[in-house]
Amino acid sequence: MTLTFAPPTNPPTAFATANTYAGRTIKQFIRTPQLLVVNALTSIMFLLIFRFVFGGAIQTGGIDYVDFLIPALAAVNGLFAGGAVGVAEDTESGLFDRLRSLPVPRWALLFGRSMADTGLIMWGTVVTLVVGVIVGFRPSGGVLGALAALSLCVLFAAAFSWLQIFLGLVSGSAQAAQGMSFAVFPLIFVSSAYVPVESMPGWLQPFAEHQPVTAMVGSVRALVLGGDTEMLLGHTTTWFVTRAIVWSLAILALFVGLSSRRFARL
Amino acid sequence: MNSPTTPTQERTVHERPVHQRPAHDSPAIEAIGLTKHYGDVRALDGLDLVAPAGKVTAVLGPNGAGKTTFIRAVATLLEPDSGSLLVAGVDAVAHPRQVRRMIGLAGQSAAVEPALTGRENLIMIARLFGHDRSGANTAADAVLAEISLTDDADRPVKDYSGGMRRRLDLGASLVGAPHVLLLDEPTTGLDPRTRLELWDSIRSLVAGGTDVLLTTQYLEEADQLADHVVIIDHGRSIAVGTPTGLKAQAGLDMVEVRVTHGADLTSVAAMLAPLGTEPPRLDEPGRRVSVPVEEGTSRLADAVRALSETGIELDDIGLRRPTLDEVFLALTGAPS
Repeated sequence: MTLTFAPPTNPPTAFATANTYAGRTIKQFIRTPQLLVVNALTSIMFLLIFRFVFGGAIQTGGIDYVDFLIPALAAVNGLFAGGAVGVAEDTESGLFDRLRSLPVPRWALLFGRSMADTGLIMWGTVVTLVVGVIVGFRPSGGVLGALAALSLCVLFAAAFSWLQIFLGLVSGSAQAAQGMSFAVFPLIFVSSAYVPVESMPGWLQPFAEHQPVTAMVGSVRALVLGGDTEMLLGHTTTWFVTRAIVWSLAILALFVGLSSRRFARL
Repeated sequence: MNSPTTPTQERTVHERPVHQRPAHDSPAIEAIGLTKHYGDVRALDGLDLVAPAGKVTAVLGPNGAGKTTFIRAVATLLEPDSGSLLVAGVDAVAHPRQVRRMIGLAGQSAAVEPALTGRENLIMIARLFGHDRSGANTAADAVLAEISLTDDADRPVKDYSGGMRRRLDLGASLVGAPHVLLLDEPTTGLDPRTRLELWDSIRSLVAGGTDVLLTTQYLEEADQLADHVVIIDHGRSIAVGTPTGLKAQAGLDMVEVRVTHGADLTSVAAMLAPLGTEPPRLDEPGRRVSVPVEEGTSRLADAVRALSETGIELDDIGLRRPTLDEVFLALTGAPS
């Protein structure tokens, strides 16, 4: 053996592990332009269809439909972005086996994945906001409200990235992961994201009213549109924001736990 | 098997950094009564296996014999249901992170990232072994040179040939300067030429005495690379020894002659009969005569000499070693 270097003296820290794997994953995203383009196009397509096709038929009280829609799309983008597929690919290819054979804190690998996937989700969110402004979206809640809303979007993105990681780990293959991504659609559509909850049949309303997506989109709307719209949204900004944060933390806790368990037994 | 004063061991100590190695001289891998069940399938069924220190050990067996399950247990990717498993003296179930600091995994259980360049792949794995930035660069450069990929280091791996990917995969297992190298079917699916190239890489890598455990379905691969062979079937070890010893156990070499004219078969058989340990076997449609022999090479020379004096026309004459199928037939009484 002619290798002349010494083995590392210490195993990598959790920080170095997460950063290294996140860095690789972000490079992979950037070098797979079709991934970024498809991601952006999906967001734009949903936005345009709802803005121009369904939007005219949906009554949202005193709020313009475009102002109702765009904050919601920004909040739930993490449920559309297919992080699960990338995770399933790393499982299928054997990369996860190699990484799991290394002296790394295993949870830190998943944390790195979540960092990169959160970045990918936020890319879709930014595209949504830019196109939203082009088609008439006007945030009226001031700079602070917008910044607070954007921070919440990052929190939601992180929570959804862990949900996607779990789906990717249990799916077994990229194709199955693609299919499983549709499993979250009821969560997106049976919420106040596209239509007001009051327009749904009575038996559906309790679920739509209390599920996480409604709290999340409500909090972003309230912050972006400002205090005047609170009356129209049915609850106060605090009511929405508190619920959205609690839901996000609950989703994080659940899927960090489930994913870590699953990752240990791949 | 291997006392600390053998030459191999000395070389190991001088050429490879070995501070991770426990002080006592334990085998690279020692499995006792290892079991792993998947539902009703017993992937490992009381496997006993020792890979001596300083040697290349091949785990040979057909598909489904438990090879990959075993190497995944050693790599701490799965936990055995029962039994004990020591890697360089460290309990792999009780102290998996300590084991992960000593191993490098390559082959079908591992993968490289196609979107990154060869160098980026190695740096990523080196960082995850615990190297700092400059240590990772040094390790990547040294490994690239070793696996002859320096010129292609900055090309994306998706443009690599199959053989280059396998070499990079092998390299990725080395950037942590591991104490025990685990190669899971390193050449499965490669064309013969690429397989030869990869064998060369593996041979030069292990020349310094790194402990290597490799799994393979090919007797020839075990023969080419390993000092010590463990044959497993249905999750158990069924034979242990050197490649030569096992082949002898499996049966003798055969001198095999193919005649040009079928009419010559019987006279050729009569000439070969005194060389064999058993009467010659005739394959009339194939115009072939074969006879099991001891000391195959000299008996082949005898056969060539005797036949050339008669002037009988031959299509082919040669020495045939037992195939893996025949090894299995001999050891298990059933085809692999």
